[in-house]
Amino acid sequence: MTASTLPASRSTNPFAGLMRGTTGPVIVVVLALLAIWYVAAVVLNTPFQRDTYARANQSDVPFSQLVGDTLAQERPVLPAPHQVIAEMWDTTVKKAVTSKRSLVYHTWITLSTTLLGFLIGTLLGVLIAIGIVHSRVLDKSLMPWVISSQTIPILAIAPMIIVVLNAVGISGLLPKAMISTYLSFFPVTVGMVKGLRSPEIIHLDLMHTYSASKLQAFLKLRLPYAVPYLFTSMKIGIAASLVGAIVGELPTGAVAGLGARLLAGSYYGQTVQIWSALIMAALLAGSLVGLIGIAEKITLKRMGMAQ
Amino acid sequence: MNECFLRPRGNALILSAATGLLALASLLSNAFGDDFPIVSVPRLTIAAVLLAVLGCAFALGFIRRLPGDIAILFSSLFSAYALIETVSEHPASSSGGFWLLTLAAWTCGWLFVERLAAWQAVGLGAKRVINLAIPLLFGVWLLILWQIVVTGFGVPKVLLPAPSEIWLRLTGSVPTLWADFQQTFLKAVLFGYAAGCGAGFVIAILVDRVPFLRRGLLPIGNLVSALPIIGVAPIMVMWFGFDWPSKAAVVIIMTFFPMLVNTVSGLAASDAMQKDLMRTYAAGYWQTLVKLRLPMAMPFIFNALKINSTLALIGAIVAEFFGTPIVGMGFRISTEVGRMNVDMVWAEIAVAALAGSLFYGLVALLEKRLTFWHPSQRG
Repeated sequence: MTASTLPASRSTNPFAGLMRGTTGPVIVVVLALLAIWYVAAVVLNTPFQRDTYARANQSDVPFSQLVGDTLAQERPVLPAPHQVIAEMWDTTVKKAVTSKRSLVYHTWITLSTTLLGFLIGTLLGVLIAIGIVHSRVLDKSLMPWVISSQTIPILAIAPMIIVVLNAVGISGLLPKAMISTYLSFFPVTVGMVKGLRSPEIIHLDLMHTYSASKLQAFLKLRLPYAVPYLFTSMKIGIAASLVGAIVGELPTGAVAGLGARLLAGSYYGQTVQIWSALIMAALLAGSLVGLIGIAEKITLKRMGMAQ
Repeated sequence: MNECFLRPRGNALILSAATGLLALASLLSNAFGDDFPIVSVPRLTIAAVLLAVLGCAFALGFIRRLPGDIAILFSSLFSAYALIETVSEHPASSSGGFWLLTLAAWTCGWLFVERLAAWQAVGLGAKRVINLAIPLLFGVWLLILWQIVVTGFGVPKVLLPAPSEIWLRLTGSVPTLWADFQQTFLKAVLFGYAAGCGAGFVIAILVDRVPFLRRGLLPIGNLVSALPIIGVAPIMVMWFGFDWPSKAAVVIIMTFFPMLVNTVSGLAASDAMQKDLMRTYAAGYWQTLVKLRLPMAMPFIFNALKINSTLALIGAIVAEFFGTPIVGMGFRISTEVGRMNVDMVWAEIAVAALAGSLFYGLVALLEKRLTFWHPSQRG
């Protein structure tokens, strides 16, 4: 009984310590997911492979060859991880960055839309939050609409905004960025309202005894208090902004961007291309959120707020 | 009457003065074109005079009581009605005086909201009504201004149809909208939402039992929650065909991870003290789960349910952009955009917005009923 509950000593088993943190379990789970992916790829691709064998009049193919062939189809139902990685390597490193076949080129298009939309959305969100915190009428009349604006499936409007703005002659980055803006302003507004209201009454009273003006109280008390909230909501905002950018690219007729890669891939049955665009979008989202996390750490440390 | 009720704040003073002056100025200028003064249209004259008198009287400190506030509300609404009626007879030709009067009506409406926010309501019910009326009035004014601006400036219908046109289209094509709603919402969204949230919940309880999985899956779940999962839509359409099951699959994947992450962190929300208490009662794992940990996890679970209610609709609609049978909200939106029938698109969006808000409201109402004991609901 006691032996099993005592923690295993590190000297006898070097992996015990690893498994107690989060790194070990995460690695194990990722490996398990990859294994499931491979098995699923074999299972899902088998029917088509059997069809191919039947058409080529090949009977009793050995199992090992079947597995090998299912993982090397040109348009598999589910491409294997190594196929996706090979495609990504092909389209990022081996192609010129300016080529329309380069994934880097498409990622850059999506990234620039995301960043522009995120920037406008964050600014808008902060401005609305400042208005809401300082005006009771705005708080009561605007805040419910800000919240219900997100129950509207706004992505549904995405194609309309783009097609209509195209019709008036506004094309390029801005229409797509508007969708990103709409999706990313909401978390920022909600987070900033919470953050700007987070100073305690006693601190606001202290500012009052200093005879600080509203602006001074805002700059020296409310704004610093809101910074951690701002970063948390910016992380949500940039992820939402990326979704907006990708969906915004769908109706432009699959010209450029990760969303266009998805759409073109689904038109022509290029599953490997879809998956590589998908993984690229995931990597992009992960690194954008990670970058904001790093900025958060540095800023909070300099402000003396880091835990 | 409370003292606070009578004393207007700075904003109200500015707004009332602006209302009066703008209305006075509009009385002296043209409504449409060059030779069509405001005073030649009886209802606009009445509206302008009303606004001018009320605005000036309020600014000078006369009618700052309940009857005055109600007069402000009615005159602003009457002016809005007069403006909308008149502008529809002279589309795309309005000039200075008309816009001055529109501005005056709008500041008058804002003045009423300002007064409403300052009312000292008696009783909880009245407070609730006021808290509901303020955003409602804001929405109504948004629609009024939208209508006036679109018809007044003659904005092309392709760019932005007026609310009245959208309403006409909405009421005129109920069968189509109902069929789309059935296909997208009643089939794909509801099934996907139930299956995705259910699966997330069950897996979360399993994960919670195995600490190893909790440590391994939770960071991944958190990461996946931030990913643009909507991108799997084309793959799902390829796997499950064009009909609603592929959309339901997208919805399941989109709703699964928020539910998983929230439920797992909700199950960790009960204190050690409370768990110790359950142990002193000799409660087993399942008893502790049902009587303590799940109720404590309720706020988290409802948070996920609320997030998912909007995600589900978005997922189903966007998945339809990748291929559908010839029915469904996403299909209708993408094809009608192509045919430049923008009013139909807006009608579809209105239906989607209504469905999304009702869905969200229903979940929020359920939350209020089930977690009435939680501090966030008592406030």
